[in-house]
Amino acid sequence: MIALGQFLEVLIGGLMSGVLYSLVALGFVLIFKASGVFNFAQGAMVLLAGLALVRALDLLVANGFPLWAAIVLGIGFSAVIMATTAWLIERFVIGPLVNQDGLTLFMSTIGVTFVIEGAAEMIFGSDVYPLRLFPTDAWFVLEGLFPGGILVNKLDVWGALIAGILVAGLALFFQRTKTGRALRAVADDHLAAHSVGIPISWIWFVVWLAAGLVALVAATVWGTKLGVQFSITFLALKALPVLIIGGLTSIPGAIAGGLIVGAGEKIAEVYLGPSIGGGIEYWFAYVLALAVLLVRPQGLFGERIIERV
Amino acid sequence: MLYREAGQFKTTYAEDMAIFPISQDRIALAVLLGIAFIGVPLLATFHIWPFGSDYLLWAILLPFLILALAAIGTNILVGYCGQISLGSGAFMAIGAYSAYKLATGVHIPLAWLGFAVSIPPLPVLASILLGGLIAAGVGILFGIPSLRIKGLYLAVATLAAQFFFDWAFLRIPWFTNYAPSGSVNAPALDFFGLIVQSPIERYLLCLLLLTLMALLAKNLVRSNLGRQWMAIRDMDIAAELIGIRPLYAKLTAFAVSSFIVGVAGALWAFVYLGSWEPLAFSIDRSLQLLFMVIIGGLGSIMGSFVGAAFILIVPIMLNLIPTELGVPLSTETITHFEFIIFGSLICYLLIKEPHGFARLISIGKEKLRLWPFPY
Repeated sequence: MIALGQFLEVLIGGLMSGVLYSLVALGFVLIFKASGVFNFAQGAMVLLAGLALVRALDLLVANGFPLWAAIVLGIGFSAVIMATTAWLIERFVIGPLVNQDGLTLFMSTIGVTFVIEGAAEMIFGSDVYPLRLFPTDAWFVLEGLFPGGILVNKLDVWGALIAGILVAGLALFFQRTKTGRALRAVADDHLAAHSVGIPISWIWFVVWLAAGLVALVAATVWGTKLGVQFSITFLALKALPVLIIGGLTSIPGAIAGGLIVGAGEKIAEVYLGPSIGGGIEYWFAYVLALAVLLVRPQGLFGERIIERV
Repeated sequence: MLYREAGQFKTTYAEDMAIFPISQDRIALAVLLGIAFIGVPLLATFHIWPFGSDYLLWAILLPFLILALAAIGTNILVGYCGQISLGSGAFMAIGAYSAYKLATGVHIPLAWLGFAVSIPPLPVLASILLGGLIAAGVGILFGIPSLRIKGLYLAVATLAAQFFFDWAFLRIPWFTNYAPSGSVNAPALDFFGLIVQSPIERYLLCLLLLTLMALLAKNLVRSNLGRQWMAIRDMDIAAELIGIRPLYAKLTAFAVSSFIVGVAGALWAFVYLGSWEPLAFSIDRSLQLLFMVIIGGLGSIMGSFVGAAFILIVPIMLNLIPTELGVPLSTETITHFEFIIFGSLICYLLIKEPHGFARLISIGKEKLRLWPFPY
């Protein structure tokens, strides 16, 4: 029973951290769906949101604001920063590059990544800033079933909860609101959408704003986990296989991909890692993604890629 | 006025097929090669400006030559065959570590088969070229998914190669000959008794290899094979319909590209770095190479050179300017400024000229043909 207990602990830990990957991957999916841009800057946006939030919090608390007011104001400030970023990106990079091919757009978002990283660190500083929004202590569950119980991190539970709310919110936004419907129209065919009077640059701004807010949510969770620091930008690289496994265009896919990657890499690390040198978490997700792509080139939940000649 | 091809008649097929059909281009190339092969070494030997110190050779020319070679390799895959690869850094690493293993002797103990494979240390040149070949082999292996996966999906799939080999060279001690620090030292650069040691010798070695490889690449992309790659890039289904085998075309592109990138990696490690860690070939290197080919111009050998020069030199300049001007800024702030300016510059270039410097050059040539008269 110990083995099963350990397995469950690893599995749950993996699934939970997978949800956190999904939080980053969601931002990618939003932008890819609506504008066909593969947004490499998502990791940098998480960093920017996190830095803005944590610095604002520190400043407000130091000036004697009560904690709840500081949190509300800090999140508001960070959201304004993300909105400004979204507007700048749409206005100066993505707008002028409309109709270019995917690779050019992808490279331009790498350029954006450099700018955001440089600017964020210049304005808000480049140290490690601890962020304490959620409890991070461990929790033991099912102690009756397994000796010692199963260790679950409370932060992971919070992360899963937030991800769930976020997905539900996004689904409602996409399905029920007028803007959401316009978003789907633009995603389908931006020229056709334009011709029926949907303001494309506004829609793209909304999409980048949504991605920025998702980044802010991801930043609160990841910032609590790791502290807000430069290495958060590497999350973007972690989120790529998640995206690919789930499918680039699917929001549920981002969640499912995150779960698969999170559970897969933890299990592989624990059961396979010791025999081949450890640290395989580093590449396991990518190899998994490669294997999934060989079977389903569009990912598990992606739209089928139909080519016409 | 000077750049006109009027009066230059092609009377043979060979002349028609020449790489540089216009004589002014040939003269320009000859002058450039003359400067590179004779001028620079002369200046450097006598320490004449700008070669007063070795800084220009070490910090700019040597990395430029090697990265230009790697950019040519990347351009064959991304620019000519249209297969986006984010794994070029890994193939540089494979070239570097294979060359290192071959140059220091390979010993594979196959205890379970009852014997061991042992290869004595090979000469440096052979190791570098074989390192390239091994990279080509691995390139073919990681090229197989490209038969099913396309575009950005493929780009992420090639990241698998990047991260896997980053890990392998860091964690498997066999590759580093069980070096405790994980960092390895290149063997002495002995070319048939000639020891390459001073910066200028290293420069000439890289220049020679680069020239040969660039010529090879240029001729390959003009050949039957190159046209197959371009057909696959432009529309793979149509290419298949007119009888081009995607399997053959894509995998040869992966092989040739990985070979050149692998040789560049071996040179980077042996000639430029001397001692290195896997970090030298991280994902940043892959992105840098991809920037070089995109800023330089997809599908242009010439563009690879310009792109490599741009991507390499701009950060160095950005770093130097504040110190030269005497602006009192902390190194941290300079780094952040560098990031911002470099990023904006890339976005600006992509917006202004999505086809890169190669397009700018050809536009410039067209303008030059008419200059200074408007007819």
